[in-house]
Amino acid sequence: MTDAVYSEARSQGQITRLVLRWLLYLLLFVFALFYLAPLFVMVTTSLKSLEEIRTGDLISLPRQVTFDAWRTAWASACTGIQCEGVRPYFWNSVLIAVPAVLISTLLGAINGYVVAQWRFPGANIFFALMLFGCFIPFQVVLLPMARMLGLMGIAGTIPGLIFVHVIYGLGFTTLFFRNYYVTIPAELTKAAKVDGAGFFRIFWSIFLPLSLPIIVVTVIWQFTQIWNDFLFGVSFSQAGTQPITVALNNIVNSTTGVKEYNVDMAAAIIAGLPTLLVYVVAGKYFIRGLTAGSVKG
Amino acid sequence: MKFLEDHLPKLMLAPSFIAMLIFVYGFIGWTAWVSLTRSRLLPRYEIEGFIQYERLFSSLRWDTAFTNLFLFGGLFIVISMILGLALAIFLDQNIRAEGAIRTIYLYPMALSMIVTGTAWKWILNPGLGLEAMVQGWGFEGFKFDWLVNPDMAIYTVVLAAIWQSSGFVMALFLAGLRSVDGEIIKAAQIDGIPNWRIYSAIIIPSMAPIFLSAFIVLAHLAIKSFDLVIALTGGGPGFSTDLPATYMFAMAFSRGDIGQAASSAMVMMGVVFTIVVPYLYSELRVKND
Repeated sequence: MTDAVYSEARSQGQITRLVLRWLLYLLLFVFALFYLAPLFVMVTTSLKSLEEIRTGDLISLPRQVTFDAWRTAWASACTGIQCEGVRPYFWNSVLIAVPAVLISTLLGAINGYVVAQWRFPGANIFFALMLFGCFIPFQVVLLPMARMLGLMGIAGTIPGLIFVHVIYGLGFTTLFFRNYYVTIPAELTKAAKVDGAGFFRIFWSIFLPLSLPIIVVTVIWQFTQIWNDFLFGVSFSQAGTQPITVALNNIVNSTTGVKEYNVDMAAAIIAGLPTLLVYVVAGKYFIRGLTAGSVKG
Repeated sequence: MKFLEDHLPKLMLAPSFIAMLIFVYGFIGWTAWVSLTRSRLLPRYEIEGFIQYERLFSSLRWDTAFTNLFLFGGLFIVISMILGLALAIFLDQNIRAEGAIRTIYLYPMALSMIVTGTAWKWILNPGLGLEAMVQGWGFEGFKFDWLVNPDMAIYTVVLAAIWQSSGFVMALFLAGLRSVDGEIIKAAQIDGIPNWRIYSAIIIPSMAPIFLSAFIVLAHLAIKSFDLVIALTGGGPGFSTDLPATYMFAMAFSRGDIGQAASSAMVMMGVVFTIVVPYLYSELRVKND
């Protein structure tokens, strides 16, 4: 009798658990749809003709897949008065991002190495000042930087943008490397010094070989930041040196002619593709950079 | 030679140190100085007191922008945190394909806000987007015109921002959930404490530092939000979705009002300062102890 009640209660409990589990999966699925929907809409819209966009609806699949919008977006869409598509701006972004990422990562590695392993009075203050620099709203440096770039003769140029990204990337790159190197025992450096190895030798043959994971994290972080930057791009570039985010915004908001939503979407996907690719290939390191930027220590 | 060797580490740090002093702190100083002058199209350097701030706070456009910051920021932070925590707890239940789901939830964070804004602008446009779609399904009376409605447009910015960042909050919380001591949870389970109590009484309270980090990151994102507004609404309709960041930019680069640009930037700086400095201070202190 008691056994029967007990097993009935248990099977009821199992049923509730099963229902709850189904609900849980359903919920997770609905949220997956929420996150995926905009990407889905972007891709399908970019593959439709304008005619189909006007007659069909937002989430319908293209009846006739056409890559015309992609061709236009890449090579002939208008960003204001110029109509060369996003291609030249895509390459601008590459030309800005690659050197800026490399330089800021290298400097960050050296800074982090000094702050973590060659402690001297004031090193902590340096680090605290640097850390705060990560958090300033860039609006506060926009005006003087515009003047400074003018004085330096690199206003509106790609080297100018590289310079800006290196300067304001240093805080984070230093932070990443410092937090990584601080976990390496100081005895290692001491022992190497006793053996007569100098500053660079120790860096080159002890620290650098250990640094691959943090280099990957830093490079991905910096690349995402710089590729996705809009504020510096729109403030410090001129026609011809604009990065792709600025060009995309110009295409979407250009008021000449018919509104070509499919071209807008194709251009948006092109602008998002490099960072999306990095995320898919090296998601683990991407997330580590994001969390390292917020949870320090 | 010996001197050089002793001071090499400092010498290597010197370029970054000088750059930081000039380009971060010097520039903040310049902006602060100019915000106290009558600068318009060109900067002037005679200090005149707080006239720019008086102008700022009597400007209707700034009033909207500043209110929007707290409206947008508040909703964005609270909803992203709740959603992120809920998703993290859901994902913590031995879910099959957890990795794939996590990847899907987090990918928007890799996109530029301009891309996000462009996508949502298309989805939310009343003529051909969501509204037209639902109307096409037979619900003729369906209206969803937030994007072009001055009273509601700011909420589309909130929506797009949550879409972009909530997956990241989820990842933060998930990492936090996983770092809670498994022994304690096991002991509680053996004692027959229901799951929801384990979460609400043991796990979540122990994640206080993660709540703080998530708050700091989200608050920081909210204050910096510029690209998203530009791409999604352009600050409009009218000035209804202006934020301090877009106000500052408009003053600096299209209105030619450097004094207003500088003073609004300093107010943004002040907001960041009040949020971040106590946080950094406590972080650094803990580490030095």
